[in-house]
Amino acid sequence: MSGAAGGGASVRIETCGKTFADGTRALERATLDIARGETLVLLGPSGCGKTTMLRIISGLELPDAGGRVLFDGKDMTSVPIERRNVGMVFQSYALFPNMSVADNIGYGLKIRGMPRKERAARVAELVALTNISGLENRRVDQLSGGQRQRVALARAVAIRPGILLLDEPLTALDAALRDRLRGELNRLLRALGITTIYVTHDQSEAMELGDRVVVMQKGAIAQIGTPREIYFKPGNRFVAEFIGAANIIEAPVESGHLVLPGGRQPIGSEATLSAAVAMIRPETIRVVEAGSAPLSGTIDSVSFIGDRQRMVVSGATGKFLTVDAPNTVRARAGERIGLLIAPDAIRLLPPEN
Amino acid sequence: MRDRLIFTSQLIFTLLVAAFLVVPAILSITAGVTVNYFRGIQSGVTLQWVFQVWDLYAGTILLSFVIAFATLAVTLLAGVPSAYALHVRGGRLSRIVEEIITLPLAIPGLAIALALLFTYQGFGEFRRSWLFILTGHAVFTMPFMVRSVMAVFATVDIKTLDEGAASLGASPWRRFRDVIVPNAVPGILAGSLMVVTLSLGEFNLTWMLHTPLTKTLPIGLADSYASMRLEVASAYTLIFFVMIIPLLVAMQMFADKGQVR
Repeated sequence: MSGAAGGGASVRIETCGKTFADGTRALERATLDIARGETLVLLGPSGCGKTTMLRIISGLELPDAGGRVLFDGKDMTSVPIERRNVGMVFQSYALFPNMSVADNIGYGLKIRGMPRKERAARVAELVALTNISGLENRRVDQLSGGQRQRVALARAVAIRPGILLLDEPLTALDAALRDRLRGELNRLLRALGITTIYVTHDQSEAMELGDRVVVMQKGAIAQIGTPREIYFKPGNRFVAEFIGAANIIEAPVESGHLVLPGGRQPIGSEATLSAAVAMIRPETIRVVEAGSAPLSGTIDSVSFIGDRQRMVVSGATGKFLTVDAPNTVRARAGERIGLLIAPDAIRLLPPEN
Repeated sequence: MRDRLIFTSQLIFTLLVAAFLVVPAILSITAGVTVNYFRGIQSGVTLQWVFQVWDLYAGTILLSFVIAFATLAVTLLAGVPSAYALHVRGGRLSRIVEEIITLPLAIPGLAIALALLFTYQGFGEFRRSWLFILTGHAVFTMPFMVRSVMAVFATVDIKTLDEGAASLGASPWRRFRDVIVPNAVPGILAGSLMVVTLSLGEFNLTWMLHTPLTKTLPIGLADSYASMRLEVASAYTLIFFVMIIPLLVAMQMFADKGQVR
């Protein structure tokens, strides 16, 4: 591997929508730019259009008329997938059962007419890179799920694609393996430095792997941003609730304060509103002595999770308030507590229609 | 004790069923090597009827095999790509085409033969050649090939494999050759076995389509039953068995090996 960052091609999809033959609208018209070498994650619940967008970029699906796909500024819309030089990892891996592991990895190179000797060297390189030494001559059905995933990745990367496309590559694995492979995949993608588009419904995967994350909802892009941006500054309620845990509070506003049953909570500068929908992350709320914070409430329940404890507090806001407190705080259900929230930890969301 | 009783009765039942199927065949075969069937086996054993049949029908038997393997070739060349196209394309149109291909299973062979005769009566040369029977057999056996190949495609998710090969740069033809066909082998073998067997044994359709110069094994058999002494017809059955059983066993073994792989 060259190891140099910034490899691969840049991608632009321009007003690409997708309506299937039966009239189902899978993707609203969207425009999106992906920089050379960037890892972009398409994140959303099932049926949000993320896989359709990936398939349009790959060439497996044609966008509706008017949509264009450009690689490095070149129009690729009508070029079939086999001539787009993309590497693709499928959710089911799509490994060829009639070929050995080594033949699977080398297939793209064989198609490109690479001589046998050179091919073997490249396959050996990828076998080492993806940690599957010793499996080269196995049949695909003799591999575990994690091994299949590595073979699929090695096969996609072997052809030195301009763009690497991954469709839920970890979803078929069990939780423990998924966490381990996620770390490995992250290191590998950073090392390869090629443009990568990664589809997932798992927000922690998206956070860890993505330079930028595109949150999708009902066939449309809900928000694009770095993991920090979409976590701390979600653009709407859907994004706030889909990414991590969030308290969503609807309350009237009086001179820069949310008026809540448990007290008046300052919200900083944006104070000309008469009512607001606010998002507060559970870990940004500090538990203090009752009376020493503008807001107070009663602990309803405490669950000790290990690295922290999650409290459900009533009486502070209209609904229950979720608070993540450090595991050293001593608190019991029924106790009255103060809740200290920094004004800049409160994110005002656009009102729902 | 009770288990033993159940086992014994099951064994007896199985043997009875087997006897029901095998005894008539054995009777027919022994008739073929008997000097005079009405006087029974004590009249002596002879191969004269077998030789007589061979002299009369060697051409017919050969033609049968030519037609069976030509049918196999046609169903392979047309059926496997069709199954691939129908499976990958999907949708309503594909379902309709699939149903049309399957239709010959439901239509009596005689009706298919009539339709072919109406359609091709103007093409004298073609009508008189064995290719006309080949056409009938291909129509009749095609669903068996297409269906068994499509069944395998459904179990190995051939569409994703096809997309995987495409993403690696393989053209449609390369994909078909390197990925589709090798992974359809069990279905192709099962389909081939059925096509050859059905073509060799086909009577309905062939009876309508044949000319005195284009007879197949079953037509010759009917011919000899109708017009010659029973011993000759029986000797014909014997030849039929001797030719077909080893072929079927060989193909079955080949298919089993393909499935285990």
